[in-house]
Amino acid sequence: MRNNGILRILARFLIPLILLVGLYIQFHGEYSPGGGFQAGLVFSAGWILFVLIYGLERGLRAIPLRVMYFLSAGGVLLYALTGVAGVLLGGRFLDFSPFLSNPQSAQQAGIIIVEFGVGLTVASVSMLLFTLFARRREQWDAVLDEQDDSA
Amino acid sequence: MAIAVVRVRDLFAAAMLFAIYSLLSAGLFAVLDAGDVSLTEAAVGAGLSTILVLAVLTVTRRHEHPTGGHNWLALAVVLVTGAMLAYAATDLPPFGAIDNPAQTHVGAYYVANTGPEMGIPNMVAAVLASYRSVDTMGEAFVIFSAALVVYALLSPKPRQGQPGIRRRRPIGRTHVREDGNRS
Repeated sequence: MRNNGILRILARFLIPLILLVGLYIQFHGEYSPGGGFQAGLVFSAGWILFVLIYGLERGLRAIPLRVMYFLSAGGVLLYALTGVAGVLLGGRFLDFSPFLSNPQSAQQAGIIIVEFGVGLTVASVSMLLFTLFARRREQWDAVLDEQDDSA
Repeated sequence: MAIAVVRVRDLFAAAMLFAIYSLLSAGLFAVLDAGDVSLTEAAVGAGLSTILVLAVLTVTRRHEHPTGGHNWLALAVVLVTGAMLAYAATDLPPFGAIDNPAQTHVGAYYVANTGPEMGIPNMVAAVLASYRSVDTMGEAFVIFSAALVVYALLSPKPRQGQPGIRRRRPIGRTHVREDGNRS
């Protein structure tokens, strides 16, 4: 779809906007509807639109598969380690109050960190799922071409 | 709309109808002032699941394989379960009543204490990320394990002669088989 001018121009305008809205939902989640889950999905939607217009190859050049593997595990780990950090600082698991002296800002810091972990995981997992399914067709075609060549 | 999703044989049309259905329910949630749920429904139901179904459709046929006859056992199971649910629904407390368990249980605590304890206006974020943060961590692990499962299923490269691999058929026209049935 790279050759369709209308789609390309629209996507060039929309993709940064979608990514920006994703980040806004992520970091403004305590004040307005949203949070890590929705933000991750919106962010990955921006990337998927990029893939639909420019092709999977260029999308994977922007965010390689290796980065997705790393971030999908990293987000969950960030969440769990935040919980462990609460234990190490003298609280209970996922207790945010020991992080800062002001209880309100300690809670807010904890919420922002764990929501960021959720956002990382959700964004990279949804991009990963899309990549795995979208790649399948090409792999099949490659195998079928080989079969035709050998036959 | 839901009936149309079930009835239609064209899977591409079904995916699109399902996306519209999700978007309408997202609008319904927004009307009911449930901003977080509405955002999630729009992002998951209308957005991601639709695009994943479309990605899957590139490796399957576009039209559902017609199955003849009716499955009476399935109809009986659905009817009995539906009747049981309808019977149980008569025991539910009246919608929106002040003495509902939803209003009197932990909800009141969250409403009263989110402001003083967290200092943030979005109670949903406070409940999800702080009061019930272990639940949310479990949720994140579920998403991660879903990715692991799909990766385990799809990452091995297809081999030559593996059953099920077919050429892509041209999309957009109905394929007529030898026996005259539309597939």
